[in-house]
Amino acid sequence: MSVGDKKTTQGWLGSEQRRLLIQEYGIFLAFLILVAVLSVSNEFFLTAGNISNVLLQTSINGVLAIGMTFVILTRGIDLSVGSVVALAGIVSASFMTSSATAGVAGAPYPVALGLGIGLLVGIACGAISGLIVSRFSVPAFVTTLGMLSAARGMTLIYGGGRPVPALTPAFRWIGTGDVFGIPAPVIILAVVFAVSWWILNRTRFGRYIYAVGGNPHAARTSGIDITRIQFLVYVISGGLAGFAGMLLSARTGSALPQAGIAYELDAIAAVVIGGTSLSGGVGRVTGTLIGALIIGVMNNGLDLMGIQSYYQQVLKGALIVGAVMLDQKRNYGA
Amino acid sequence: MELLLEVEGLKKSFGGVAALRDGRFQLRAGTVHALCGGNGAGKSTFLKILMGIQRRDAGSIRRRGKDVEFASPADALASGIAIIEQELSPVPHMTVAENIYLGREPKARFGGIDFRAMNRAAQKLLDDLEFDIRATQYMMNLSVAQMQLVEIAKALSHDAEVIFMDEPTSAIGEREAQHLFAAIGRLQRQGRGIVYVSHRLSEIFQVADSYTVFRDGSYVGSGALAEIDRPGLIRMIVGRELSEEYVKTNTPTEETGLEIIGLTCPNKIEDISFSARKGEIFGIYGLMGAGRTEIFNCLFGLDRPSAGTIAIDGKTVAIAKPADAMALGLALVTEDRKLTGLNLSDSVRANICMASLPEMSPAFAMDRPREAEASRRMRERFQIKAARDTMPVSSLSGGNQQKVVLGKWFLRNPKVLLLDEPTRGVDVGAKREIYRIICDFAASGGTVVMISSEIDEVLGISDRIMVMRAGRSAGIFRREETDAQSLVHLST
Repeated sequence: MSVGDKKTTQGWLGSEQRRLLIQEYGIFLAFLILVAVLSVSNEFFLTAGNISNVLLQTSINGVLAIGMTFVILTRGIDLSVGSVVALAGIVSASFMTSSATAGVAGAPYPVALGLGIGLLVGIACGAISGLIVSRFSVPAFVTTLGMLSAARGMTLIYGGGRPVPALTPAFRWIGTGDVFGIPAPVIILAVVFAVSWWILNRTRFGRYIYAVGGNPHAARTSGIDITRIQFLVYVISGGLAGFAGMLLSARTGSALPQAGIAYELDAIAAVVIGGTSLSGGVGRVTGTLIGALIIGVMNNGLDLMGIQSYYQQVLKGALIVGAVMLDQKRNYGA
Repeated sequence: MELLLEVEGLKKSFGGVAALRDGRFQLRAGTVHALCGGNGAGKSTFLKILMGIQRRDAGSIRRRGKDVEFASPADALASGIAIIEQELSPVPHMTVAENIYLGREPKARFGGIDFRAMNRAAQKLLDDLEFDIRATQYMMNLSVAQMQLVEIAKALSHDAEVIFMDEPTSAIGEREAQHLFAAIGRLQRQGRGIVYVSHRLSEIFQVADSYTVFRDGSYVGSGALAEIDRPGLIRMIVGRELSEEYVKTNTPTEETGLEIIGLTCPNKIEDISFSARKGEIFGIYGLMGAGRTEIFNCLFGLDRPSAGTIAIDGKTVAIAKPADAMALGLALVTEDRKLTGLNLSDSVRANICMASLPEMSPAFAMDRPREAEASRRMRERFQIKAARDTMPVSSLSGGNQQKVVLGKWFLRNPKVLLLDEPTRGVDVGAKREIYRIICDFAASGGTVVMISSEIDEVLGISDRIMVMRAGRSAGIFRREETDAQSLVHLST
């Protein structure tokens, strides 16, 4: 069909622009409606305390989901993030504990060291997955499923199956502290989001990610080193998962070996609700952030209404599938 | 005489945009009818309505004088209309027979499939058509042309009386195409009606006996091909007078631009040597699978040659990956723009900039005004018709998409342009513009190496032509000293 058709160019909003607008902001509208409904039905919902609470609960999933967005944009998936959360959490905690039995010799160490080690553990896990996916062409699903099991196993081996308690207050600040009343994890999420947004929308590396996900063959022919890009997105996802692991243990005060179980599913859910296509090349990190917020707000709203968490899971399931159904209809239907 | 198919006043619009305003069509038994028109003429929409994939807004379709209404492809098939689509959809891990009888396998006892009866029936079908294919072969082991033939057999197994073929030769070579034409001739003699859709005019004149032309969604005219000549048909398709189809403005210089000596890649190409001069368009002709694309893959670092040297501007170079080739001034327009040329999920601008990202981001962050400027420049230079360059490249017509691919590479100011089937699936008007772009590039001192399976194109635009056969060169000829017959002869 001819694109120069008058119908699409005339008027202040062509059908094409309208479509793009809905695609970009449809999820944001859905979020606003959800917030509006909850504020009307529950007077406690819009209080500062509750908003801060929702953001706090969203922060860990938000960080994981942003990392997941990088991976899914390149047609991959990272199922291992939940286990990496636990591994990075427990390894870093062992450097940050004041308990005499659970920590490594000489603990507690300065916070920067603990953070660096947690981050390194996450990056290492991501690098292994990334290497296997990009160099050896093992499907991402299989590779990261393997990493899901292996990282969980390493967590149990490292901690002997026991939690690491009594983390130092300095370390706990990243999970429990605040700046002018804004919780530290929320600030961290905001920074992670801002940097990721900049990378994906404004840098060469971001363009590479979209090109590799949209058409790896065309990207390769255009001189893009697709192996390197595929490797790096897993490193990013792993690193952010490591960071999320430390946020979690800092918040709860101890690192648990069973931490982060099924976190990968919430992260994938946020990405998918945010409109990123699992077939790669299409999606926005802004959508992911809103997707994570929708999950957080919904859980919180249902809590406030006194609805059991069992029902919440059913609703979340319906939401994920419903969001993608709408997406399909918008893109291919009618 | 009763018409097999008669269509009148067919209308269809999508979201207020008319794709088909007035589709008219008549098909007689025992004829091959060419359906012609540029990209966006409404042919695809026309076919989709007749296939039962889309519902018409208005108009009538009569099958042997009776009004019909198709709600699904199954309805269309039931009334004897089969369509062989441009993009085949075989089930690769099934046999030929299983593919032909997919969804209507002969039943054996206890609800199983009677494989013996199925294979026998499929083999008979293939033999009757004189196709050299075994019914028990796996689909994935067939060539594209053979798959086309299986699709034809499948259409006939439905006892279809009307067979639509949408660009059936776009993925097959000359010899395989001749094979297909022979099959079409046999179907014609059986009294079936064939509708042949193709951009390749020489094929239309060879295989069809009548034509219908669509332009901008409307019927323009129809008649017997014996009563119209090639320029006349082009005039109807394009809607205006077009000058000479192939205009050459370049003259080869004495300087060598690209030279390859003894290039070998095991089981793909064997001892390929040629040198293309600056200002020259060097054509490579051959059948599918003759090793044409493989030469480019080796040149561009997509594949590793086991032997041979490549020299650019007289200097021997080493190319291990596409980035190396690009740094040396090579550009590669691949054979299939959808598969390897474009990122269809992204915008026109992003696609134009895709091969120049490092140059446009000196400090890691993208220089966005520079991206926009580059895109504007290329759209202007190649007259790419897009309302805005932020719209998805997938919404452009085939010709404009191909120009986006060219824009992507011209942005890099290449010295050597490697073109693999640069006008495949592109309409007559856009083809001419692409030829002009290629000639201008050569005239300004660039070196062009162009692969084509369209023999008119290769003869029309190349200065010299290398013929490939089974991974080897069968000779290099000047365009004046060769003709279509000898090229086809050498390539087979």
